[in-house]
Amino acid sequence: MPQFDVSVWPTQLIWMAITFVALYLLMVRVALPRIGDVLEEREFKINDALRKAEGLRQDAEDAAAAYEKMMADARVKAQDEVRAVRERADAEAAARHAELSERLNEKVTAAEGRIAKARAEAVAGVRDVAVDLAAAAFERLLGEKIDPKTATMAVDATMKEGR
Amino acid sequence: MASPLEQFQIKKIVELHVFGVDASFTNSALFMVIAVALITFLLTFAMRERSLVPGRWQSIAELCYQFIADMIRTNVGSDGRRYFPFIFSLFVFILFGNMLGLVPYGFTFTSHIVVTFGLAFVVFIGTTVIAFATHGVKFFGFFLPHGTPWYVAPLLVPIEILSYFFRPISLSLRLFANMTAGHTLLKVFGGFVVTMGLAGFVPLAAVVALTGLDMIVAFLQAFVFTILTCIYLNDALHMH
Repeated sequence: MPQFDVSVWPTQLIWMAITFVALYLLMVRVALPRIGDVLEEREFKINDALRKAEGLRQDAEDAAAAYEKMMADARVKAQDEVRAVRERADAEAAARHAELSERLNEKVTAAEGRIAKARAEAVAGVRDVAVDLAAAAFERLLGEKIDPKTATMAVDATMKEGR
Repeated sequence: MASPLEQFQIKKIVELHVFGVDASFTNSALFMVIAVALITFLLTFAMRERSLVPGRWQSIAELCYQFIADMIRTNVGSDGRRYFPFIFSLFVFILFGNMLGLVPYGFTFTSHIVVTFGLAFVVFIGTTVIAFATHGVKFFGFFLPHGTPWYVAPLLVPIEILSYFFRPISLSLRLFANMTAGHTLLKVFGGFVVTMGLAGFVPLAAVVALTGLDMIVAFLQAFVFTILTCIYLNDALHMH
């Protein structure tokens, strides 16, 4: 086998040493730093993008939370306003109701007063009529006039009895 | 017809003698230079765009880089990172040496025992130097693993020492034997294609299949050589 021909060993070893050292230097100086740089840069960019995405996600969450809070605040405010309006309306209605019933009471009182007066007048009229009637009846029956005072007293007494 | 072993013949291209030593530029040296040039060109060409999203060639270059980086990380650990350029160079040198041999008219410099032994010897000397630089005299404890009963030591220590010194031999023989056998087999079957005439398509199919197999072997042997280097390096840095 040609591999065991010792005479060709030194040249192969020499050229292997030369080429391998050249390869090593080329890899260290030229090829490997380029690949390493690109890989490092990519890792950095990916991490950077991830960090940015995380920040944006945080922002979005904050915005959502702010929106939720605003909505809740608005709802509470609206409810407060609705309640205030309702209370005001209730108070107004109650006030009007009170005013109305007072006016009605006044009218009722006035009317009652008028009724009582009319009644008293009527009762007084009845008495006078009764006195006149009694006097006339007395005169017709007995043929003599009766003292109006006596007639009045008699009518009053009878009216008291009849009551 | 040429012998299947003729492909391993060293042919001088330029006669050269330095201090009485034959340093001629041969076909073996030519393919070493081609390998180095091709590796450097392919890697720099692949990375010329330095794009964030890699293209086809850039992916290959990055894959190679990360393949070796991961190998060192898992087998050696973080303190193996400074040896990354050497291990990367070793891997691509052997890989391209193996693969260039599969190109027609190519020459496989990794099929020469002196080349594979040279590489293995560099690894052996390098790891031994690193081991003594890291652990000093304590590295001799490597040959007597912890918890070994004292009465086994006289037997175990020579075995450990022997296996340690056998490392460069097994490392270089494995690569040399695989490459030589694969290429010889290809040539033998290639010879059958010619001699069998019309029936030659049978060995031709075998040659096609064997070429595929040899590609796997070419990669696998480069991988095995490199990963064993990593394991030896780990032994040197962390002992057992």
